[in-house]
Amino acid sequence: MGRVSVRNISRTFTKKEDKAGTEALSSVSFDVEDGEFICLLGPSGCGKTTLLRIIAGLETQTSGEITLNGAPITGPDPKRGMVFQQYSLLPWRTVIDNVTFGLEMQGINKAEARKHVEKYIDLVGLEQFKDSYPYELSGGMQQRAAIARALANEPEVLLMDEPFGALDAQTRNILQDELLKIWEQKHVTFIFVTHSVDEAVVLSDRIVVMTARPGKIKEIVKVDLPRPRSRTSPEVNHLRDRVLRLLEEERFHR
Amino acid sequence: MNFIKTIEENGIEALSLVVAVTIWQIVADRVVHNKFLLPSFYDVISSFFTIVKSGLLFTDILTSLLHFLIGIIAAFVIGIPLGISMGWFKKANRAIDPIIEILRPIPPLAWIPFAIVWFGLTHQAAGFVIFVGMIFPIIINTYTGFKNVPKVYVEAAKVLGCTRNMDLIRFIAIPSAMPSIVSGIRIAMGVGWMCLVAAEMFGVSDRGLGYQIWHNYYLHRMDFVLVYMLLLGFVGLLIDRFFRYYVDAKLLRWTSGTVV
Repeated sequence: MGRVSVRNISRTFTKKEDKAGTEALSSVSFDVEDGEFICLLGPSGCGKTTLLRIIAGLETQTSGEITLNGAPITGPDPKRGMVFQQYSLLPWRTVIDNVTFGLEMQGINKAEARKHVEKYIDLVGLEQFKDSYPYELSGGMQQRAAIARALANEPEVLLMDEPFGALDAQTRNILQDELLKIWEQKHVTFIFVTHSVDEAVVLSDRIVVMTARPGKIKEIVKVDLPRPRSRTSPEVNHLRDRVLRLLEEERFHR
Repeated sequence: MNFIKTIEENGIEALSLVVAVTIWQIVADRVVHNKFLLPSFYDVISSFFTIVKSGLLFTDILTSLLHFLIGIIAAFVIGIPLGISMGWFKKANRAIDPIIEILRPIPPLAWIPFAIVWFGLTHQAAGFVIFVGMIFPIIINTYTGFKNVPKVYVEAAKVLGCTRNMDLIRFIAIPSAMPSIVSGIRIAMGVGWMCLVAAEMFGVSDRGLGYQIWHNYYLHRMDFVLVYMLLLGFVGLLIDRFFRYYVDAKLLRWTSGTVV
């Protein structure tokens, strides 16, 4: 079960020399259903990554509350997995040892953990590379391994911070399709930050469109299209158009 | 066959060494004509066999290695935990850093009188001087390695359930800082080796490669002085090679492909 509820979240970054600070998020509220795929979309600097990091427990809000299944979030927890934009595999561990890391932290011994994570490595298609070190992998493979690593902890929510942002367009499309397959197989709630309208439209059940700084919710767009979605069907194009227009308004408002 | 292949591959290097030795031999034997000022290659080789036969060579090498070992172990045991706590806990850094900054610029050899006063003419005294030379590069590189642990690794570990300081240090910071710690150790070994010679020369010991240099100088046996000089060079080189081989093969395999 992974029901996330975001209530009136605000975050102000203060620096010593400037007392007023920068307001990154301003009373953001929304709910994410169990097993839903949500995209956070907005212009750069709108605080979408900050919001995701607060949900992860890596950052604290200035005010407001976020709950997972009713329990407030106070710090990082393996129930909320995260895939980062930068390559975050531990370079001194092989792929399989990266994937077992979470289980080792729970006190499961390495041999058993390895057996257990085999299926996640298969799921992301890295069987052949499980004994490779991260430097031997392409960017796309590294992000696949990072997804497997997050899944191995069997999280209720998977937080993704522009995980495909650094990849080329082809790899990106392939990984989006694979991610959807994983989402269909595993019962996990996805919260996915992106700045790409295409990505948001292809992936999500709902798109939370945010305003420019300070980040507020501009509109929550429901994507009522059956999967698998064509990237170029008229419905998808129409929706993309609508979301792009929302973002464009933000450009002129500043 | 392998040997011939090696010679073929390293032809230029081998030729260069042969030429250098030949020039040395000719200059010493035909030009300088004075075994005190410049012993020839042949003199050095025959002196070398003398100390091999007498067995002195092995006791001296072992003594020096013992001194070195005492120094390096002490520097590890004290330096690495200090560097770790300074790199991970800001307050520890603020507390320890001023002391280190005051002690660090003191040349290790300046500690020799105290080494003798505290430890007498023992192996520990020589080890202490080496320790003083080795500890600062180890502390500083451990500290730097810890400071530069990429934030994303720490965060990735946290969201995977690794949240306690001890675990973060053990599973994230130490492996991530390992290249830096290792290069600190390598620098420290160079400094330590220099300190070893000086410590043994200035009376902290009555055996060892460094001691023999001074001892033979008093006896005006410059061919022996040169043998011990070359031995110091070779043993130092071997230690460094062995360390590098071990470290690159085992500890730092994952860094191949990155620029270190």
